[in-house]
Amino acid sequence: MPGIVHDNVLTVPSAPPIETRITRLRNFWSDYCRSPIAVVALVVILVLLFVSFGAPLVSPQDPYDMAALDWLDAFLRPGDIGSGGYVHILGTDNAGRDMLSAIFYGLQTSFIIGLSAGALALLIGVTIGLCAAYFRGWVETVLMRIVDLQLSMPAILLALVLVAVLGQGVPQIIGALVVAQYAYFARTTHGAATVERGKDYIEAAQSTPLPTSRVLFAHLLPNVLPPLIVVATVQVASAIALEATLSFLGVGLPLTEPSLGSLISNGFKYIHSDRYWLSIYPGVFLMVTVVAINLVGDQVRTVLDPRNAR
Amino acid sequence: MFGFLAQRLFQAIIVVFAMSIIVFVGVYAIGNPIDVLIDPGATAEIRDNLIRQYGLDQPLWRQYLTFLGNVAQGDLGKSMVYNISVVDLVFSRLPATLELVLVSVVIATVIGIPAGLYAGYRPNGIAAKAIMALSVLGFSVPTFWIGMLLIMLFAVNLGWLPSGGRGEVGTIFGIPTSLATANGWSHVIMPAINLSLFKMGLLIRLSRAGMVEAMNTDYVKFARAQGLPDGQIVFRHILRNISIPIVTVFGLELGSTLAFAVVTESVFTWPGVGKLIIDSILQLDRPVMVSYLIMVVILFVQINLSVDIVYARLDPRVRLKGGK
Amino acid sequence: MIPALEVRGLTTRFATRKGYVTAVNNVSFSVAPGRIMGLVGESGSGKSVTAFSIMGLIDAPGEISAGSVRIEGEDMRQMTPEAQRKMRGRRVSMVFQDPMMTLNPVLRVGDQMAMAVQVHDRVSKKAAWERARDALDIVGIPAPTERLQAYPHQLSGGMRQRVAIATALLHRPAVILADEPTTALDVSIQGQILAEVRRLADDTGTAIVWVTHDLAVVSSLADDICVMYAGCIVERGTADQVINHPCHPYTHGLIQSVPSLHEPGRKLPQIPGSTPQLSQLPSGCAFRNRCAHATDLCRTDPPDAARGERRVLCHHPLEEEA
Repeated sequence: MPGIVHDNVLTVPSAPPIETRITRLRNFWSDYCRSPIAVVALVVILVLLFVSFGAPLVSPQDPYDMAALDWLDAFLRPGDIGSGGYVHILGTDNAGRDMLSAIFYGLQTSFIIGLSAGALALLIGVTIGLCAAYFRGWVETVLMRIVDLQLSMPAILLALVLVAVLGQGVPQIIGALVVAQYAYFARTTHGAATVERGKDYIEAAQSTPLPTSRVLFAHLLPNVLPPLIVVATVQVASAIALEATLSFLGVGLPLTEPSLGSLISNGFKYIHSDRYWLSIYPGVFLMVTVVAINLVGDQVRTVLDPRNAR
Repeated sequence: MFGFLAQRLFQAIIVVFAMSIIVFVGVYAIGNPIDVLIDPGATAEIRDNLIRQYGLDQPLWRQYLTFLGNVAQGDLGKSMVYNISVVDLVFSRLPATLELVLVSVVIATVIGIPAGLYAGYRPNGIAAKAIMALSVLGFSVPTFWIGMLLIMLFAVNLGWLPSGGRGEVGTIFGIPTSLATANGWSHVIMPAINLSLFKMGLLIRLSRAGMVEAMNTDYVKFARAQGLPDGQIVFRHILRNISIPIVTVFGLELGSTLAFAVVTESVFTWPGVGKLIIDSILQLDRPVMVSYLIMVVILFVQINLSVDIVYARLDPRVRLKGGK
Repeated sequence: MIPALEVRGLTTRFATRKGYVTAVNNVSFSVAPGRIMGLVGESGSGKSVTAFSIMGLIDAPGEISAGSVRIEGEDMRQMTPEAQRKMRGRRVSMVFQDPMMTLNPVLRVGDQMAMAVQVHDRVSKKAAWERARDALDIVGIPAPTERLQAYPHQLSGGMRQRVAIATALLHRPAVILADEPTTALDVSIQGQILAEVRRLADDTGTAIVWVTHDLAVVSSLADDICVMYAGCIVERGTADQVINHPCHPYTHGLIQSVPSLHEPGRKLPQIPGSTPQLSQLPSGCAFRNRCAHATDLCRTDPPDAARGERRVLCHHPLEEEA
């Protein structure tokens, strides 16, 4: 009988082409680009990063340089020309500061605080989450109890009290934000790692004589990464918003170290007069920054979600 | 069910104790309130007297024990700034905060949940996209900034609503509240909307996610295969299922609404506990800070506990497990 | 006699980023009342999509692009969506693969079944519960009154699948589509349910379409068999014809690789290669890359052949062995 059936043991099913790191990145990017809004958001973030960290280059004035400030320039309307001979596109504040320059420098402070708080919280949170998931037993119980407890407290309250304890200043604010936010990373890492832990490949890795830490980082971390990226973007945005809120409430940064929050807080004093530009413009930048970061995070979440794969 | 409750209750008590120590130690590490309270030119004698009066010369652990003993008798100490009992102070401010939170939670629920359910039911429609865009805004734009915009628009430019403060207080069923008067409502509506936006965004996301997930489950497909109309599937099959996570998170977030009230109350100069805590932090009024924080902890623990109970009521799987 | 279910030229496709993918390609078959038809194929062959297409439950990005689905002569595809909904559960119903997932975990079995009764018949809640109890009785569930009070998680997998079948039976439909309903169950439970289903078809005259990848199951259960490959029905015939005298090389290979239908002690033969992705089908015959008989003709022309009662989609059908 001419068999279409082969009596073999070695038929290798034709596997789909192996995904290399580059094709994976390319796929990620093309999936990401499916949302035009998210692409715009990404471009906006890049532009904001440029003007903030390049603030000395792009802004017309150094708002920290008290000598350059002229009281006669106070409360100039947007579009007026001040003593410096250039147009104040967004007007000036009560001290004669060019609003646009102040916003660029303020954005820089906000980014520095948001990014470093996010990075530190990520580092601490991931370490705690991974340790809890890996060692189990009482280590897991104690660590995750603390994390749960902290998560049930709103970050804003925690940060408020911490800033009150630590005092004003950039490092203090970063510290308060880290303490308020690390728990989100720990929770996410622990959750994802617990799911991964139950899978066979971790057990397989543990049955080899590899050291514990190798298994932990080589195997668990890459699988925990996708949800962490999403949490990280959201947390950076919320760190920036939190800092602004704290400064607005008067416990964050003083106006001598302008962040977006302290600028808005300063402008809020003039809200009943006609001088809207003092508070509106820094607020618009704050809003655009936070929303853009969140939109990027949203799209990354959508792309990384295996349920959305088509 | 009883064993389950007892266990949760025990955990809750431990948490409250642990937190009270942390809060006490934390708050007492902040500066020296005496420096704030008295004129720098005051004599050393007046200074020492005051320190003794507030018990600040005692070691920390003794201060904590004294504090615990007082708490057990319902005495949370005296405000250093207002010079009245903290309990009286907080309770005088509490009704304002509660009515603000109540109105905002109602607004968030009535708008947020149906909007989210609809967005999940027709996830590719234009309305769904608009709803989601709104939720991203509500979710990510800082509360204080939106509050400021509201004031600028409705109070300063249009002059429709007052820019801050609490309105006239009337009584409903013998409870004094500004919700009893039209003037009171004109004061509460703007801060309440402001406070509700974040929670509304959250509820929209939650109910949408739940809806999308439920629409893909086999039990919904099975219900459709039985010829059930979509309305019945949503209201009788899906709602019951997704109400579990919604209630959980909603409950947990109830506490955070109280916390966010701190911001909203500051923007709208609403005379509630949130404004009180900000003022007491700025003025280093330790007894008020400690009491507020411990009350918040108790509140959160209690909310967690109630969420557990509601969860158990809604999900038969939990209920039966606890019953064994 | 009018067939209980008659499918003609049914074609279902899904819109993807790279264009349309046809998951069900020009599928035709009919099932007479009281008969059981086995729809056999590997995973991804389009058999479940066929079942969902018959129900009219294909959601975007999928769509039924051609064909007719007649239930006792009435064409579902010509009906309004509302009329189609009224057909579902009443004239044609469906049972799913995983009994752990098909019942709503937070509703009592009785409530779920009563809801299915009341959606088509205006009866009291009490009457609906009684109908539900009778249905549980029919599928051989002991103590049905107590079972109605239970939540799904309190029942075993086999019991839940019986509940699902009972739910499908509530309105005495002309057709029940069963999508791998025993795959997730233990073999002993599977046997009980198969016997129950056979009895149901015989007693009630319900036509049953049994979707499965398991040839052993259909060979003992079905009257007729359709074999699907890459969205097409490649061979159709009575169970005896298809199992004992397969004409299509694919069917032949499938039968050869079932242990219980093969001589013991011999090495089990396999079909080389794996099911192609629907988006990357070869030209001509979809099976040609795995087929030992493939010629140049198979490379260029899609096969289209029918031999009397039987349909075999192949340029080089195997001769029937005597």
